[in-house]
Amino acid sequence: MKNLNSNERKNRLASTLENQIVSIQKNESFLNENDNLVFECETGNYHTFCPISCVAWLYQKIEDSFFLVIGTKTCGYFLQNALGVMIFAEPRYAMAELEEGDISAQLNDYKELKRLCLQIKKDRNPSVIVWIGTCTTEIIKMDLEGMAPRLEIEIGVPIVVARANGLDYAFTQGEDTVLTALTHRCPNFEKVVESHFLASNSIETLKNDKISHPPLVLFGSLPNTVTTQLTNELKLQGIHVSGWLPAPRYTELPSLGEGVYVCGVNPFLSRTATTLMRRRKCKLISAPFPIGPDGTRAWLEKICSVFNITPQGLQEREKTIWDSLEDYLKLIRGKSIFFMGDNLLEISLARFLIRCGMIVYEIGIPYMDRRFQAGEIFLLQQTCKKMNIPLPRIVEKPDNYNQVQRIRELQPDLAITGMAHANPLEARGINTKWSVEFTFAQIHGFTNSRDILELVTRPLRRNQALESLGWTQLIKN
Amino acid sequence: MKLAYWMYAGPAHIGTLRVASSFKNVHAIMHAPLGDDYFNVMRSMLERERDFTPVTASIVDRHVLARGSQEKVVENITRKDKQERPDLIVLTPTCTSSILQEDLQNFVNRAALESKSDVILADVNHYRVNELQAADRTLEQIIRYYIEKARQNNTLENHKTSQPSANIFGIFTLGFHHQHDCRELKRLLADLGIAINEIIPEGCSVKNLKNLPKAWFNIVPYREVGLMAAVYLEKEFSIPYISTTPMGIVDTAGFISEIKAILEKQTQHTKLQIDYEKYIDNQTRFVSQAAWFSRSIDCQNLTGKKAVVFGDATHASSITKILAREMGVRVVCAGTYCKHDGDWFREQVQNFCDEILITDDHNEVADMIARIEPSAIFGTQMERHIGKRLDIPCGVISAPVHIQNFPLGYRPFLGYEGANQIADLAYNSFTLGMEDHLLEIFGGHDTKEVITKTLSTESDLIWSSDSLAELAKIPGFVRGKIKRNTEKYAREKGINLITVEVMFAAKEAVGA
Repeated sequence: MKNLNSNERKNRLASTLENQIVSIQKNESFLNENDNLVFECETGNYHTFCPISCVAWLYQKIEDSFFLVIGTKTCGYFLQNALGVMIFAEPRYAMAELEEGDISAQLNDYKELKRLCLQIKKDRNPSVIVWIGTCTTEIIKMDLEGMAPRLEIEIGVPIVVARANGLDYAFTQGEDTVLTALTHRCPNFEKVVESHFLASNSIETLKNDKISHPPLVLFGSLPNTVTTQLTNELKLQGIHVSGWLPAPRYTELPSLGEGVYVCGVNPFLSRTATTLMRRRKCKLISAPFPIGPDGTRAWLEKICSVFNITPQGLQEREKTIWDSLEDYLKLIRGKSIFFMGDNLLEISLARFLIRCGMIVYEIGIPYMDRRFQAGEIFLLQQTCKKMNIPLPRIVEKPDNYNQVQRIRELQPDLAITGMAHANPLEARGINTKWSVEFTFAQIHGFTNSRDILELVTRPLRRNQALESLGWTQLIKN
Repeated sequence: MKLAYWMYAGPAHIGTLRVASSFKNVHAIMHAPLGDDYFNVMRSMLERERDFTPVTASIVDRHVLARGSQEKVVENITRKDKQERPDLIVLTPTCTSSILQEDLQNFVNRAALESKSDVILADVNHYRVNELQAADRTLEQIIRYYIEKARQNNTLENHKTSQPSANIFGIFTLGFHHQHDCRELKRLLADLGIAINEIIPEGCSVKNLKNLPKAWFNIVPYREVGLMAAVYLEKEFSIPYISTTPMGIVDTAGFISEIKAILEKQTQHTKLQIDYEKYIDNQTRFVSQAAWFSRSIDCQNLTGKKAVVFGDATHASSITKILAREMGVRVVCAGTYCKHDGDWFREQVQNFCDEILITDDHNEVADMIARIEPSAIFGTQMERHIGKRLDIPCGVISAPVHIQNFPLGYRPFLGYEGANQIADLAYNSFTLGMEDHLLEIFGGHDTKEVITKTLSTESDLIWSSDSLAELAKIPGFVRGKIKRNTEKYAREKGINLITVEVMFAAKEAVGA
């Protein structure tokens, strides 16, 4: 397979996919009927992280928060193993471990939670306690949303409830549920403006910033360095970012309301987007996500166009970045890639890698919100056209067993996969990259494009170094 | 409700999955929500397993909550039966299915009709047992199932092997140094002229379970898993078992003596071919280095040094005995998180330590260690981290473990080679502590003050306060490198003032 030219590849790809994909539900019609992006839906038997894993990055992002996961030993065991050494650094999260008495309602939920939250308040004094509801609290129908406001008044610490459970969500969608809950806690926009003008130096601040557009709030949790980078990119275009959801501290949440424009930075934030629009009356800017230089440029251009600003120097900027990536691009051009799907970043990454010259066989994805990702899907289609390759198949709720059969048949140059499948695939001679790393690495904006390719090319570079040894198949037949 | 940050033993289904996936050609299907198949990651990452972990989830989602999961579970079982043709499918309940209270046994019965594989439901309750207890039960359950099946089919192998032979129980996936221990046990038994009948469950086919009664006796090296199965076989077939853990010179000798007693009973008319006493003596004094080491000058320095031991019941008790009895170390506190086995543990260590701690709360363990301030800790990964915080060295002797505890090299804890390894571990922990201490007294090896960490000391560059703040956000271990790269870039471009923008531009330019 590796020696075939690209036409042969395409034909083989097309025929294999037709033969291979089983148990496909009826294709649904997509945005418009003319394009030929194909969406499949499989059985949903796939491996991904539980959405409660979002506490791992959110407690670090929101510095004055405390995350309390209300669940069982199973949840605790997952967090303790998935987060590895982080647990030993006295994290600002804990389990409220449900015992048999809680399940059978012999104990009073409210009293129990009050006891634990008072202890947390005493030990850590957080500005907010986030309750993460789990599968168990769903099944026993523990009324977290009902208890939180009462307890909040009683103990004097805000309590935010997010139901990040495995019954409804996958991995990164956990962040979506938390941000959705935080949306309701953001101060009201009008009120802030009023007090803003009352402050003595406010007019001067406004003058200095020369803001000629309505307020813009970006949503999605990114490391502080990356938020600075994206904020700076917009500043270069004369756009002022009035806030980020989440902010580094709970007490600094941005103000929201009618007239505020919002834009997402990550593809898995569809519920947050919906809530911002419906409940806080914000205007959503639907754009591709700022992942890769192409995505970043499209993201900036879209925001500029909404504010009637002509973007400055973006074309040159994008070109400079692409030029600086050439050494990595050489390694992956013409190579094929297969996304098994587990973190919802897949569409954006695939679009970027196609633009890099790769051929994408399959984009597995846990959940596909076609409205929220519309800008991204459109860019994907444009990119495929531009690079003259067939549109990849998008497989929602994939079936890992079927996918492994397809990977065996297609022999892609690289499979992006979870850790459960990485070692077994490597032993069978398939290069793999763990998908989780894309969630934890800095991949947004022009500046970090190189980091994505650093990740994507690492297995290729490593295996290139070992190639001459001839030990690719490491299992007995 | 319990406020918990960390736990020693995992949830019940992990134990069941560890047992099931250790057998050859057995598939486990978890009845669980999305994301609960984290076991596959652990097995693939920690054990660096080359094969796909034979565990799939029958996903419990909203739909299942509304309608029940019966079609889905039955369908998933029959589908897996067709795909992989396993000998046995184990339906594994989780905390979620424990509360849903669906009649999983009924699904199993229905699925069994349609599939070629045997299908059983693991009999574990999430809220009653932990990982280790569940593993013990599941192992017994599978053995019982196949013994009874063989009995019904009249295929049970009930005659003893001609040569003395033994079954080894409890070697399985994600166990602490199990693979190495198994190899060491095999070597020890070979030296004693005893054949291995079956090793359960690691790498064993369920078809072989009917051969279990052929063995002369059973060996349960670890208390936590395998005891139930051994007791069952003793009751059914009067097969004696040895539950002494052959860890440390003294207990290894005790283990061999027990074997001798069993063989003497069963071979009344013939004499043993090997002189076990002579073997023990030769191994102890000359082949193993541990006995000699305890006598050597080095080990003198360990006399009366304070140590704390914590781990599972098997390892913590054995290590306590080794430290106290074989090395002259003073074990101030010995403890275990196996609360269900607390009485046994107490009885084992009571004469070898000052106090005993039985708890599964790591804060209690940390407090105890802080109070005692031992020279070394022997514990799990958690105690290693407690030790790091308190600046006390720690040797890891028990699960829960980390990828470092799955070494590629040969590192048994059992038998005579195991005694060597343990001696090394103990000695290295203590000397490191001693060295540290001396460094502190004399102020370190290199007392010359370090003036600068960057190579270019003559800096004409000014960092703006913003950029310094940005620099401070970068993790310490790469900060120096980023600083140097940024300054190099600024010099090349003739920039004097380094701002945040210059930093980012420098990062972008690295590849150009």
